[in-house]
Amino acid sequence: MIDYNKILSRTILDIKPSGIRKFFDIANTMEGVISLGVGEPDFRTPWQVRSAGIRSLQRANTRYTSNLGLMELRCEIANYVERKYKVGYVAEKEVLVTVGGSEAIDVTIRALTNPGDEIIIPQPSYVCYEPMTRLAGGVPVIINTQAKNDFKLTAEELRAAITPKTKALILPYPCNPTGAIMERSDLEAIAEVLRDTDIIVISDEIYAELTFADEPHISIAAIENMKERTVLINGFSKAFSMTGWRLGYACGPAPLLAEIMKIHQYAIMCAPTTSQYAAVEALRTCEADVEKMREEYDARRRLIVKGFNDLGLECREPKGAFYAFPSIKSTGMTSEEFCEKLLYSKKVAIVPGNAFGESGEGFVRASYCYSLSHIEEALKRIGEFLAELKAEKN
Amino acid sequence: MNVKILKLLENNARMSEASIAAAVGITEKEVKEEIREMQDAGIIRGYKGVIDWERVDGASVSAIIELKVVPKAGLGFEEVAEYISRYPEVESVSLMSGACDLTVIVKGTTFRDVSSFVAKELAVIDGVTSTATQFIMRRYKEFGVELMGSEDDGRGKISL
Repeated sequence: MIDYNKILSRTILDIKPSGIRKFFDIANTMEGVISLGVGEPDFRTPWQVRSAGIRSLQRANTRYTSNLGLMELRCEIANYVERKYKVGYVAEKEVLVTVGGSEAIDVTIRALTNPGDEIIIPQPSYVCYEPMTRLAGGVPVIINTQAKNDFKLTAEELRAAITPKTKALILPYPCNPTGAIMERSDLEAIAEVLRDTDIIVISDEIYAELTFADEPHISIAAIENMKERTVLINGFSKAFSMTGWRLGYACGPAPLLAEIMKIHQYAIMCAPTTSQYAAVEALRTCEADVEKMREEYDARRRLIVKGFNDLGLECREPKGAFYAFPSIKSTGMTSEEFCEKLLYSKKVAIVPGNAFGESGEGFVRASYCYSLSHIEEALKRIGEFLAELKAEKN
Repeated sequence: MNVKILKLLENNARMSEASIAAAVGITEKEVKEEIREMQDAGIIRGYKGVIDWERVDGASVSAIIELKVVPKAGLGFEEVAEYISRYPEVESVSLMSGACDLTVIVKGTTFRDVSSFVAKELAVIDGVTSTATQFIMRRYKEFGVELMGSEDDGRGKISL
């Protein structure tokens, strides 16, 4: 009998599967569950994008593309980023097409990290940054962002986390799960801290198009002197409802991109060709589709936020992404207890906040990638659940 | 007029005023007023269910009838179109571009019902020169709602 634990990499063995996995397995197999639990859009990929994918297959465009990605797509990405976020990148050498935003994050962290280098990660945030840092031999340095600051990263928090070993800062805004965004003044303050350092910002802007503030999304790369120290990461999954196509991109200074590309080249070769053709269409013709989806999300967002607040679960207004992040502290339960009980008694699936870092404790994440009537039904059941809890207490 | 409210109602006419208020970001009272005004102005014409009658026993039969009509001086197609609209059997009447002039959707309990309605009522209307009846064999989508059966959207219950 082989003891695989003796064979496997210690680094990977040290990355423990999340305890929440078990809860997920139960939720995913339970019958009759009404879920607010997923992190992907319910909208279908716009028709013309699907058609473009099919057309590319019919034309037998099924070979590898350039390692960096189709030139046509890189040009569209450069145009799009310039148009939307006012940052100019050279398509030939500053844009890399990746397998989802996830791969872009991974290869960027790996390209930057020497053993022992510190990567600063604000939490609560998406779960991949910490393990990816460890796999690259880096040391994650967690900043627990605060509800009182609307879960924004503050300059003080950042300053306190920086050491001589700091290599990079992950900037995950708009934020999954908190819905927090960084406005111009917030980014200016962060830029002020970083401007005289060699710290690189890995800016995960996958939810950029889903921003509900007065001003559209601002990239930190658009702030003075920040482009040279920023890798801007975005993708097609959220804005264009293209999760399964697995397509994202990284934009950054050419000398950095060239090295990031090496990892991509050896690990992946190139992003899926069909998806790249589809993505060209998405960038060219889907502005109205994206706006329509954004409006629909906005209506759902208002409904769910008001719903939670009316139920007595304090919920700040999420300004980005598609999640509400209400506090459940008033119930006296932990996030996991709350979610488990809710699942068993009312068959509503939501995600405990601590899945996104310790600082998420006391909160739950409810996704609003669901129809309005679905959200209403889930809120109704949560209301019943809270009423029963109250009755139990008395 | 409030287009946001119209879009919500078009999608789900049963949505409560409270939910509409939350989704649009105005008060319930304002929603009530807006809806009343849009009803009075004839913008909102009704609230009907989307029903897949094929799933109901004793289902009904519908046909699309293309009519050619001689327009009348000063009235055009109005008179005939409005006349036809008054029949309870008629579900929809539209003025068309192209080969036919009016398209009428007629609903009945049996094929014979519909056929005899076309022959005895529509075909003999003054000004109607021809009818072409096409029976609907199966509906796949109605009012933007797919009737193919509830399919799983492929997403799990929980993902991060």
